[in-house]
Amino acid sequence: MIPQAFDYESPATVGEAIALLQRFGSDAKILSGGHSLIPMMKLRLATPERIIDISGIKGLDYIREVDGFLKIGALAKEAALEESDIIARKYPLLLDAAKMIADPSVRNRATVGGNLAHGDAANDHPAVMLAYRAEIVATGPKGQRNIPIDEFFLGFFMTALEPDEILTEIRIPIPPAGSGGAYKKMERKVGDYATAATAVQLTVDGSGICQQIGIGLTNVSAAPMRAQRSEDALRGRKLSDELIKQAAIMAGQDCDPNPDLRGSIEYKRSVVKTLTERAIKAAIERAMNA
Amino acid sequence: MSTKKITVTINGETHSAEVEPRLLLVHFIRENLSLTGTHIGCDTSNCGACTVLLDGRSVKSCTLLAVQANGKNIVTIEGMAKGTELHPLQEGFKEEHGLQCGFCTPGMIMRAADLLAHNPNPTEDEIRWGISGNLCRCTGYNNIVKAIQYAAEKIRDTGSDSIPFTTHTAETTA
Ligand SMILES: Cc1cc2nc3c(=O)[nH]c(=O)nc-3n(C[C@H](O)[C@H](O)[C@H](O)COP(=O)(O)OP(=O)(O)OC[C@H]3O[C@@H](n4cnc5c(N)ncnc54)[C@H](O)[C@@H]3O)c2cc1C
Ligand code: FES
Ligand code: FES
Repeated sequence: MIPQAFDYESPATVGEAIALLQRFGSDAKILSGGHSLIPMMKLRLATPERIIDISGIKGLDYIREVDGFLKIGALAKEAALEESDIIARKYPLLLDAAKMIADPSVRNRATVGGNLAHGDAANDHPAVMLAYRAEIVATGPKGQRNIPIDEFFLGFFMTALEPDEILTEIRIPIPPAGSGGAYKKMERKVGDYATAATAVQLTVDGSGICQQIGIGLTNVSAAPMRAQRSEDALRGRKLSDELIKQAAIMAGQDCDPNPDLRGSIEYKRSVVKTLTERAIKAAIERAMNA
Repeated sequence: MSTKKITVTINGETHSAEVEPRLLLVHFIRENLSLTGTHIGCDTSNCGACTVLLDGRSVKSCTLLAVQANGKNIVTIEGMAKGTELHPLQEGFKEEHGLQCGFCTPGMIMRAADLLAHNPNPTEDEIRWGISGNLCRCTGYNNIVKAIQYAAEKIRDTGSDSIPFTTHTAETTA
């Protein structure tokens, strides 16, 4: 399978890339790792006239803690998340997810920025970033703006990025003491997209009261979604097995899956319930041992 | 639509070519350079038959454009042996019967080279996870795991490189 012919640009800076976006408008598409876009171009589901390959822009692949955030450059690869010490020590939810995305060779190319900018509810990072209450930094002709993650995913493959904006950074608030997280994903085979998955990030205090919690769900709605009713059921409460079970049931009820080769609606709701219960419990255990 | 000039180093040799931006890296390797050891299995980034090393990391060359490899260093299965001396991974696949039809083997070996470069002493579990993006329809994987274990031991014992460092730099044009 061969993509439709296109022109190719490889800007060296974010500024150059934005200028190209302004010049070519909706005929142009950004290319990062290419592991969502190139398959779509090969299938001719995407037929851009011009590709703006930003993967050569230097200095946009950092992973570091500064100013109260873990800042991830848009071009950081999944493999870099897996190999990062800081993520291994403090961001177990992110590490769980990175390890379950595709396979090692895909992870050598796929970028965190591309995973989010694609706006696909089947991708794993959207639910993870919803659970972390992250922020997206978009850079355009007028400079930078920060987009809270709740305002980033607008619909089916639709994000808040303007056509002349580039996603340049992801910011995760550094978790306070007593925090833990986990990602539980059900896949038909290694490397597949999720049948369903649940991302949980929470903070518990010394007496077992849940101070903060974020729950994101993967591939069970048109746009990536938070399980807000489940979060509300746990926030400010002393966590018990019964309460966790209730929250998990709510997540199964509130998601909106499509029936497909990965399963029926009923099946997926049931998977969400089970995975949510497991993810909350795993996150609590990690918070206790943190 | 305009073509682009690219220059890549493949197995130590520098090649320059004028290519269409839509040319896939795997087609560039197989058709422009006649290096047909890199296979095309699924053409959808699932099977790993097309795996090559790009700047030392395994990638699926059916899901990369040749223009994305501009200025980069590529190693394919043809670059693994030193003359008639097999690479430890090739020797391992031979000794441990790590192949039957052999279609998946070049990709398996290139993926395993990246794995061993980053984890010289992997557990069986780490090897199985490490090759999870490479499909084999013949062996049932057990002997592939043994072949990689064989190579890991040999590379550790002899202190050789998992990824060959090719020094030959003849300039040719594809
Ligand atoms: C076999 C296979 C299995 C996979 N399995 C999974 C999986 O289990 N889970 C998962 O989450 N993903 C999976 N993926 C997807 C993979 O992680 C993608 O690479 C990722 O979703 C997109 O990242 P990319 O860097 O490749 O983006 P690209 O493919 O380069 O881009 C994707 C889209 O985002 C836009 N874009 C990219 N970067 C930016 C930016 N910085 N600013 C603005 N727009 C941008 C592009 O224009 C394009 O529309 C799989 C892919 C393959 C090939
Ligand atoms: S041919 Fe590239 S992964 Fe199958
Ligand atoms: S040996 Fe035949 S596919 Fe692996």
